Amino acid sequence: MDTNEYLDVFIDESIENLQLVNNRLLELEATPTDVTHIQEIFRAAHTLKGMAATMGFEDLSNLTHQLENVLDQLRNETLSVTPNVLDTMFEALEALETMVDDISNGGDGKQNNGQILQSLKAIEAGEIEIDLNEKNNPNDPIHNHSSMDLDEFELTVVEQANSQGQNIFEINVSLDDECLLKAARVYMVFNIFEQYGSVIKSNPTVEELENEEFEQSFDVLFVTEENLDSLKSQILNVSEVKEVQIQNVSFNQSEIKDIATSSAEEVAATVTVEETTEESNNKSTPKPAASKSIRVNIERLDDLMNLFEELIIDRGHLEQLAQTIEHHDFKETVERMTRTSSELQNVILKMRMVPIDQVFNRFPRMVRSLSKELGKSIDLEVLGAETELDRTVIDEIGDPLVHLIRNAIDHGVETPEQRKQLGKPETGKLILKAYHSGNHVFVEIQDDGAGIHKEKVLNKAIQNQVISKEETSNLTDQQIYELIMSSGFSTAEEISDISGRGVGLDVVKNTIESLGGTIEIDSELNEGTTFSIKLPLTLSIISALLIRLNTETYAIPLSTIMETAVIQRSDIYKVQDREVIDFRGQIIPLVNLREVFNVDVTEQDQDVTEYSIVIVRKGNNLAGLIVDSFIGQKEIVLKNLGTYLKDVFGISGATILGDGEVALILDTNALIK
Amino acid sequence: MENQKFIVFKLDQEFYAIPVRLVQSIERIQSITRVPNTKSFVKGIMNLRGIITPVIDLRERLKLNAKAEDDHTRVIIAHLQDDSTGLIVDEANDVIEIDESNIKPTPETFDQVQMDYITGVIKDEDRLIVLLDLNQIFNSELVQLVE
Repeated sequence: MDTNEYLDVFIDESIENLQLVNNRLLELEATPTDVTHIQEIFRAAHTLKGMAATMGFEDLSNLTHQLENVLDQLRNETLSVTPNVLDTMFEALEALETMVDDISNGGDGKQNNGQILQSLKAIEAGEIEIDLNEKNNPNDPIHNHSSMDLDEFELTVVEQANSQGQNIFEINVSLDDECLLKAARVYMVFNIFEQYGSVIKSNPTVEELENEEFEQSFDVLFVTEENLDSLKSQILNVSEVKEVQIQNVSFNQSEIKDIATSSAEEVAATVTVEETTEESNNKSTPKPAASKSIRVNIERLDDLMNLFEELIIDRGHLEQLAQTIEHHDFKETVERMTRTSSELQNVILKMRMVPIDQVFNRFPRMVRSLSKELGKSIDLEVLGAETELDRTVIDEIGDPLVHLIRNAIDHGVETPEQRKQLGKPETGKLILKAYHSGNHVFVEIQDDGAGIHKEKVLNKAIQNQVISKEETSNLTDQQIYELIMSSGFSTAEEISDISGRGVGLDVVKNTIESLGGTIEIDSELNEGTTFSIKLPLTLSIISALLIRLNTETYAIPLSTIMETAVIQRSDIYKVQDREVIDFRGQIIPLVNLREVFNVDVTEQDQDVTEYSIVIVRKGNNLAGLIVDSFIGQKEIVLKNLGTYLKDVFGISGATILGDGEVALILDTNALIK
Repeated sequence: MENQKFIVFKLDQEFYAIPVRLVQSIERIQSITRVPNTKSFVKGIMNLRGIITPVIDLRERLKLNAKAEDDHTRVIIAHLQDDSTGLIVDEANDVIEIDESNIKPTPETFDQVQMDYITGVIKDEDRLIVLLDLNQIFNSELVQLVE
């Protein structure tokens, strides 16, 4: 069987399953007595194992298998949930994630899991009761029950089938002695079964069948309304199937009840059988409400976006033409097209949106292990995980958030002793919050820790030559906090391996700014610190104000503009050799774009008495950009300048205008000091 | 010995060549947007069928005298690694096929600045063609296009 085409699906589903295990493990840690968590974990682990085995990732399936054995004992309550057991399971989960990661990066998923396997085995052996574990032990000889034991769930299905007049058959399929691809044959046979009805139970279990842990034959209990003659011949048509025996089975009510009471503990196991056979019988298993969705490769969405961007550029051209050509119908058509394409843009953008949970979901465990490592007690609260962001932003935002959370745990939240002394609850609180507002998504990381010590920051900044002593005199609190994000700054007094490795928060700041976002810090000594990140909903199409400098056209992202104004020359003051204006009671610096971008200054310019300015904002800082004239507002497609030109001062990218000309996009963040 | 194809172009009365396999297309000069705060030989960026492409003035790069654009001016779109970059040349209209054995080492008479970008010379009939090393041109200093 060629498994390549399933690889993507395998990776996606493995990640989902591992995430589920992760979430449930964390919940299990909080409520160790809740068996439903164990069953969920078992289910996910089981699915993963089956898939890994089918795909030929042995190390992955072996480890999952061993994990399953431990889970089985937990489920049967022959083992209780202790911190040791949980830690080992977390370790196993980490190892599984590493392997899946490796596979998704094109690796072969091979990994030596000797130690974890041993730990799991030790746990398993510690309190083992042989007969209870028999079911999942790979070294066990194949079961040879003549009639199958049914658990409560299976019996319910049988009962229902009986009452609906469906037929129940026990089918024995034997494969050729020479059969090489047993798992593949089983798969084909099960496919046929599913066309005709439902498999209630198989013996050996489906997992064992998938792992080829059976000899030449297997039994299934099968419910169907169909005639079995054609079923039989179809199964016999599968190559290497030697023989098919079909027996009619009937159960009477009392029998059902009788068995039911004795086999209640097997419920979860059957549920997993249900899943792995992809069987559609959901009469009694509560399944999550199915939403109609399909998986689409992100590359296709990118293609769609690229094509749409081309369309936007052409639309710009058409709009321009419509203005010059006085033709009523043409004008109207272009207007309609503009409206439709705006709607189309919304739809496409929405398609690319994914919940930020994809990033957030790895944090509970990270916080758990980090706080353990550092001897701190921290409660993580995640809010707004359903908030949606463009996929590209999601991919980029993970690392900065990891950094900030590590930072909060390492430097923010104090040790329990310190907290006690300060009269705070011993358990620190870390809140991770995401929400939408306008065209932006805000992500906040808030801790109730020590807060930022302004004096320490200032001293450190001066010591590390981030800032001179003179410059520190009239800094606002905000500006002081922002110093910790300057390059060459690190507040950790001792360098720990959690954070403070020199490459500090400046990397975070750069990443976020490169995404067109901003980051702000708010802090209160001994009360805590909040990092607020503001991100654009999407990266590639933005609204911008087009302005002119001499003959050149530049675009300023609308999101950074406060307002535009025309001022008199007499309104400009000089403060410490810098030109400033009084803008609504606030003194803001002026930036002459002609100077920044070395645009030729003609003599005529000296006589100008009026200036057009664009007031832009970065956090709480404002600046006025002097431009020659305003052209107008436009939706533009952001393109980068390529590898060679990526660090041009004051320029964040370029865009193609309606007439085919290229205009540069201003990086206002760089222009505001 | 293998035959190799080269695009031949002219800069300041001299003939230069780069391997055909590195050339994506040859374009007429079109509107170029200046990018401020970059090295002087960075002419700017242009819209190459929807793709923003940086353009280098090859005369300036090789420290030759500047020349105004005319009807013969061409932009050679060279493809190196993942990025396309345009090179402005005086004219480009010739493809030659050369046996590798005809490529001779660079004569010592060449200017040192130019030496760094030259892999060798080709004697083709009565003209001398200088083989440019695009990797050098792109990688040595172009990574610092920005001032």
